[in-house]
Amino acid sequence: MKQIAIVSGKGGTGKTTLTASFAALAGEVVIADCDVDAATLHLILNPKVVSKQEFKGQKLASIDKAKCVECRLCEETCRYDAIRNLEIDPVLCEGCGVCAYICPRSAISLSERISGEAYVSETRFGPMSHAKLGAAEANSGKLVALVRQNARQLAERENLSLILIDGPPGIGCPVIASLTGIDLVVVVTEPTLSGLYDLGRILGVARHFGVIPRVIINMHDINSENAEKIIESCKRNYAEVIAKVPFDLTVTEAMVAGKPVIEYSPSCMASKEIRRAWEEIQSILNIGTSLEGDKAPVWEI
Amino acid sequence: MSGQRVIISVASGKGGTGKTTVAVNMALSFGGRVQLLDCDVEEPNAHIFVKPRIGKVKPVFVPVPKVDERLCDHCRKCAEFCEFHAIAVVAERVMMFPELCHGCGGCLLVCPKRAIAEENREVGAVKVGMAGAVDFAYGELNVGEPMPGPVIREVKAEIKNNGITIIDVPPGTSCPVVESVYGSNYCLLVTEPTPFGLHDLKLMVGVLKELKIPFGVVVNRAGIGDTKMHEYCGSERIPILLEIPFNRRIAELYSQGLPFIHEMPEWKDRFLSLFARIKEIVGD
Repeated sequence: MKQIAIVSGKGGTGKTTLTASFAALAGEVVIADCDVDAATLHLILNPKVVSKQEFKGQKLASIDKAKCVECRLCEETCRYDAIRNLEIDPVLCEGCGVCAYICPRSAISLSERISGEAYVSETRFGPMSHAKLGAAEANSGKLVALVRQNARQLAERENLSLILIDGPPGIGCPVIASLTGIDLVVVVTEPTLSGLYDLGRILGVARHFGVIPRVIINMHDINSENAEKIIESCKRNYAEVIAKVPFDLTVTEAMVAGKPVIEYSPSCMASKEIRRAWEEIQSILNIGTSLEGDKAPVWEI
Repeated sequence: MSGQRVIISVASGKGGTGKTTVAVNMALSFGGRVQLLDCDVEEPNAHIFVKPRIGKVKPVFVPVPKVDERLCDHCRKCAEFCEFHAIAVVAERVMMFPELCHGCGGCLLVCPKRAIAEENREVGAVKVGMAGAVDFAYGELNVGEPMPGPVIREVKAEIKNNGITIIDVPPGTSCPVVESVYGSNYCLLVTEPTPFGLHDLKLMVGVLKELKIPFGVVVNRAGIGDTKMHEYCGSERIPILLEIPFNRRIAELYSQGLPFIHEMPEWKDRFLSLFARIKEIVGD
């Protein structure tokens, strides 16, 4: 089983657009949407939910007013400033349990909170694992781990050899949870100074976890000078640029139509290059067993 | 405009909709003093546009436990207590996973042998400086670190007691976003009129209702996509406070790291009236 993760560092560079088209090009594949706090892949793939499960993230403390003697030891001990005037602030509480432990009257208890839902669904390109994190909930990394676990089970059950992961933006816990044990990381960037700066950081994360990233420059013709800078920077970082997708308003039209651009307009400029990128990814994966030993060389930034 | 403190956060849900563009151009539209804080500590970008002179770099530390093996009798109480699985006791060894530690201090409290002390671990830095008349600070989470929260909290510790503070928020809807917008008087939601933009806008509306922070919308790249964004805001009575058209020149200036109000000064007044609207709404 091989796992490909599409990530970006900077948000809005086109991860989901590319993932949706790759899913369409792959034929039968397991699709995992790991951008659990702002998932949008389902808007294009239109999954039919087969099963749901509750996701329990971090716990939440509560004070039993009948037992509380207002000693305020909990307020003094809480490092998150989550108890004020003997009220627990659910936004600040991290569910660590220190208040429950310190309370001399055992007036504080921790309870599970339902932080979201995970789904297993069917799409016309294969089974899909996805999730929805509740509003203002924490622990997206843990939910990503659950989505990936469900995806692996789907792959085994359906005997499918490829998992395609739409990753979250950033470099923090949900991204790290999306990158562990991955066979191929594709970083989608854009030729802006922000894109260039953010690319350096996500490549650093990939290096930190010992994976060799491949890079796709999306909307490369918006600033060809910056696109060249990205290519140079990738060379220095042993990250190969495998495709340069042109800016194409057809991509937005496809999104409005709720279809992968490759399906909506197979011969538009963007689709042509996306198809080429997919061929490149296939040939990288077909290297097969040597990929596992394909460790990152010494880097310099 | 000085005096009372006004904190305006700029968020979006979906990445790449123009949060930084709005936060930066709005901050630069003020002639006088204003504070701009970049809380997207995973991928901060505002500094690229405002090109600050950084005066101070403050490292951000989190406390992590350190076990004195001479005192430890491997009773496992610390590992059993830790909700974050940051400590494991395997045979006669205590193993720490500092990246998972939330620094709650629980293990110190439960250790019967007082074998646990804390040491500081650096997870990032806050850079503080000036960009013209703009007080500016941004945070940077160290590469490989999973938890942006402590760095975001230190960026927010720079908020001044009076005047205007504009906060650039990370994308998404989970903990880093909540940390960033928490305590704001108002939140601007920057979105684009596409299905992805609308979907994530709705998620952010849910978050802000939960947090009881008033909000309004800035539509960026107006003209692309469809009209569902406007229909949604209309039916939900969410004010659309500003629309920035899809414009090749604005996109080019963005790609070069240049705030577009410098080349298109007519936008300064639009950002100032946007701010005036917000002040009216929050009631100054």
